[in-house]
Amino acid sequence: MSSNKDTISKTITVALLLCIVCSVLVASSVILLKPVQMQNKTLNLKENILAAAGLLKPGAPKAQIESEFKKVTPRLVDLSTGEYVSADLVEKASAADYDQRKASKDPKFSDSLEGGIDIASIKRRAKYAKVYLVEKDGRLDRIILPVHGYGLWSTLYGFLALEGDGNTIAGLGFYEHAETPGLGGEVDNPRWKALWPGKKVYNLDHSNEPAISLIKGGVDTSRADAIYGVDALSGASLTSRGVTNLLHFWLGEHGFQSYLDRIRKGA
Amino acid sequence: MSDVTIKKVLFEPIISNNPIALQILGICSALAVTTSLKLSIVMGIAVSLVTACSSFAIALVRSQIPSSIRIIVQMVIIASLVIVVDQILRAYAYEISKQLSVFVGLIITNCIVMGRAEAFAMQNGPVVSFFDGIGNGLGYSTMLISVAFIRELLGAGKLFGVSILPVINDGGWYQPNGLLLLPPSAFFIIGLIIWGLRTWKKNQAEAPDFKLSAHKVKEAF
Repeated sequence: MSSNKDTISKTITVALLLCIVCSVLVASSVILLKPVQMQNKTLNLKENILAAAGLLKPGAPKAQIESEFKKVTPRLVDLSTGEYVSADLVEKASAADYDQRKASKDPKFSDSLEGGIDIASIKRRAKYAKVYLVEKDGRLDRIILPVHGYGLWSTLYGFLALEGDGNTIAGLGFYEHAETPGLGGEVDNPRWKALWPGKKVYNLDHSNEPAISLIKGGVDTSRADAIYGVDALSGASLTSRGVTNLLHFWLGEHGFQSYLDRIRKGA
Repeated sequence: MSDVTIKKVLFEPIISNNPIALQILGICSALAVTTSLKLSIVMGIAVSLVTACSSFAIALVRSQIPSSIRIIVQMVIIASLVIVVDQILRAYAYEISKQLSVFVGLIITNCIVMGRAEAFAMQNGPVVSFFDGIGNGLGYSTMLISVAFIRELLGAGKLFGVSILPVINDGGWYQPNGLLLLPPSAFFIIGLIIWGLRTWKKNQAEAPDFKLSAHKVKEAF
């Protein structure tokens, strides 16, 4: 050990040089890889949207995702009135550029939720939601709604797809969550997800309040209201309750209720 | 360490000087990512690369590093490499990077990387340090893969995501052991492996810290 490498000037020089070299290395890797990463992210989102709507098998090749996604139109909905709004309101060029998750953190574009209303435990809700519509033969075929809410450990982010009637479920899928693997994590199980298509959200003879819920111990198919129930996940009461709550929130009066009312009236 | 050859530093850490089993380093990430084989292998590769490259870089500049800031210098080099690895994974292995989530970032705090830098790379040449890093990475990977094999097979009935034991949830017969998918189970498995290893290779067992002295009866007067 020579003593001259321990002088103050040497120490500062080494620290400075090291910082410069390392920051250049890190910065260049971030900048160079950013385009590829963004592609992955949007592709992943598209895949999830299509998978929720039942338009795509999981693990489909990239080209198929892109071509299927061309059939999907993003639109912005004002959650308080249920009407479509233009992208100018959120200061974006088109609806596709709007990021609802980012907007729900921005005080300008979101409302904070009171304790009693906030059944999905999300604290803030964006004023405008980004929905995805799929048309077939000139008629509305699928309405894909973004939903999120708190489960046991984490916020579950997903998409709920409804058929053109605004009441029948076409599919439900979560693309981001951190629930217990094997228990709450079974929200990703294809067999559980297969229970959703065909279920109804609202019992329209009674009211336009959401009727869909997860039933602990399984749905009794002989009952008349079996169409509004889905088997809860076994061993995951809190995740199941979270899924019910988030559906009730997003389909209720602070979510897409007024929007779906308008869809059913043919607006 | 009188004679360090590449062969020795490359293969010794796998069984006889395993960083997890003998030095008990890097346990935290071994608990978190061993739920599936695929994740463990990617994590093993990432840690091996980071350890090798950081050891190489540190050994290269070891004579210039002032000893007063040597730990910080090592950390900066390791942290930069980890960020680069994380970015590469996000760009080219998006699905896997999503599952590994924060644990790639936490390679920075993986004691193996820092341990090799401080204990080996500061005293040895760049090339041999590089292979020492690879060797320790291999030792880490071996352990991760053995733990993940047990956890994925018995916890989810799968290997590499392919169903081996059809589980009841999918209409099969196997009731998966949910505990094996939770972090504590890795503790039990690693403990059992260490026990087995030390029974086989007696020289790995540590000498007891204390010895009970013989009990002497004294009259209480």
